[in-house]
Amino acid sequence: MKPFRSVMIATLMASAATSAVASTAIINGAGASFPHPIYARWAEDYNTETGTRINYQAIGSGGGIRQITAKTVDFGATDAPLNIERLDKENMIQFPMVMGSIVPVINVPGIEPGQLRLDGKTLADIYLGKIKRWNDDAIVRLNPGLNLPRRAIYVVHRSDGSGTTYNFTDYLSRVSPEWKENIGANTDISWPSAATTIGGNGNAGVANFVSRTRGAIGYVEFAFAKQNDLTYTQLQSADGKFLQPTMETFQAAAANADWANAPGFKLLLNNQPGADSWPMTAATFILMHKDQVDGDKARTILNFFEWSYEHGNEQAIALDYIPMPDSVVSMVSDLWKNELSTVNGEPVR
Amino acid sequence: MPTISLPKRPDGDTLFFRLSFSSAVLILLVLTGIVLSLIDGGWMALREFGPGFVFRNIWDPVNGQFGAASAVYGTLVSSLIAMVIAVPLSLGVAIFLAELAPDWVSQPVGMAIELLAAVPSIIYGMWGLFVFAPWFSDGFQMWAADHLVDLPLIGHWFDGPPIGIGLLTAGIILAIMILPIVSSLVRDALKTVPNVLREAAYGVGATPFEVVTKVLLPAIKNAAVGASILGLGRALGETMAVAFVIGGANRIETSLFMPASSISSTIAQQFNEATDPLHISSLIGLGIVLFMLTFVVMGFARVLLKKKR
Repeated sequence: MKPFRSVMIATLMASAATSAVASTAIINGAGASFPHPIYARWAEDYNTETGTRINYQAIGSGGGIRQITAKTVDFGATDAPLNIERLDKENMIQFPMVMGSIVPVINVPGIEPGQLRLDGKTLADIYLGKIKRWNDDAIVRLNPGLNLPRRAIYVVHRSDGSGTTYNFTDYLSRVSPEWKENIGANTDISWPSAATTIGGNGNAGVANFVSRTRGAIGYVEFAFAKQNDLTYTQLQSADGKFLQPTMETFQAAAANADWANAPGFKLLLNNQPGADSWPMTAATFILMHKDQVDGDKARTILNFFEWSYEHGNEQAIALDYIPMPDSVVSMVSDLWKNELSTVNGEPVR
Repeated sequence: MPTISLPKRPDGDTLFFRLSFSSAVLILLVLTGIVLSLIDGGWMALREFGPGFVFRNIWDPVNGQFGAASAVYGTLVSSLIAMVIAVPLSLGVAIFLAELAPDWVSQPVGMAIELLAAVPSIIYGMWGLFVFAPWFSDGFQMWAADHLVDLPLIGHWFDGPPIGIGLLTAGIILAIMILPIVSSLVRDALKTVPNVLREAAYGVGATPFEVVTKVLLPAIKNAAVGASILGLGRALGETMAVAFVIGGANRIETSLFMPASSISSTIAQQFNEATDPLHISSLIGLGIVLFMLTFVVMGFARVLLKKKR
């Protein structure tokens, strides 16, 4: 029966632990599934270039945090950043590695990709179940020229816990006081019962329900919307301009963010200032322990990340990820110098 | 008279006894270990919410409020739907294959059914989501919205959005999944009924229908109930297939078209990304609830079997 699952997980964790101890040439990381395609690609290219093997297991952000806390992996990865108190308590550092963006996708007959305009409050009201039809005044007011049908809105969300949901609900919390007050942000939330909701498993599940159900609205990673030809919408930036989801607007969001004043790099890029900042952009983070048992191994890990920052942008853009701006990369580099050391107290860098 | 004592050495029988005994003990140890580790993992949630955890109808990871009621409801209702569909269907399949069909039909069909049991559950889930759900939405739910909603008593079961997923879809997929196991067990049971019984019944002029209902089914009643319980056990614990089609909403709704959640699907979908210790603990607590639920259902079935005997 299913309780065996926990035994299986324990066994897997035990075997992961032994393999990490047995070999120093292989770097093991685990965590968020959202950046898995790009981490895997970087790891492969880096392996061809240097011969160092990087193993990345996409077990989910929660799993990544648990594994790095238990020191069964060399680095952890999470979409939902830890706060500075938790980092200090676990004696870990955290830094952003790469960014992605989330777009609303819809299925309304007669509406083409990039046509429909939405603002944050309207999006929140749709997910709250306050706006129930596509020809609601709030949507019509934003889209004077469009012919919107009197169709019921079906709200599609992720049924599995995910960083995408975390960032999406964080955005809604920033633009709608009512959402913040009653619902909040997390990797998995209690969805408002006033809306007609459908839960899809993974980006693929959400994309499937949206493309199949007339009147549906959902949220997916941009790469997914693009690859599946979903009808994405425009979204209003924090400064009031309506934007198309493009690499330029995503990069603007990252460039305009105030990283220097974010302790532990805990910064969500949703609703950042700047007229051209796409409002649903999110970084994904790496976690490492401050005290490294094996200095050489720690250097190998940092070399990989440094290489990814310097030589990995092309691959990232090809996979619809957004590279970190140079200013952030140099801040991360300082962090490595100042915070990481071996257990003997020698600096790693 | 002096007795000769042979030098003591372990003989084959003792060795065999010890080996099989330790295998049996191992099962008990593993089971105890699982229960203990579940309680250990779920302790925080049990301490926070008390035994009322089972009946609390809230699942709000943001505010750290958890309760199992909606997941228990989804598990029980989807399994019930599966049983209502699968048990009569399995009996029919088994009777046809064992009693009525000629060999050239029953053998390939029997093998096909056994192959169905070997299909991984994730395949059922994906088939359910990508093939069955769209068809179910257009073919049944649209029709039900026009014709069934106004029925007295059961009308509200069909009052929901025609999106193709939800409790009813999960129940139907589960029914398809437990059909092979139940029907092949019942078929095997029918084959063990001695032929003299059939011959005697036909001899006194019974029709095939009477032979099946008055002689064969009473003879295999226990086996049929046992087979159904095995099927129910699978339905209660099934994870991936349900996770795909149930819709992942932690609410209790009377409409069978509405999205819901089951215990195992909630655990599978949320465990990976859960970071709050109370959230993780509550998910493990759900595991305890499922464990108890299965235990109670199996115990109840045992009692039922004893009474029938």
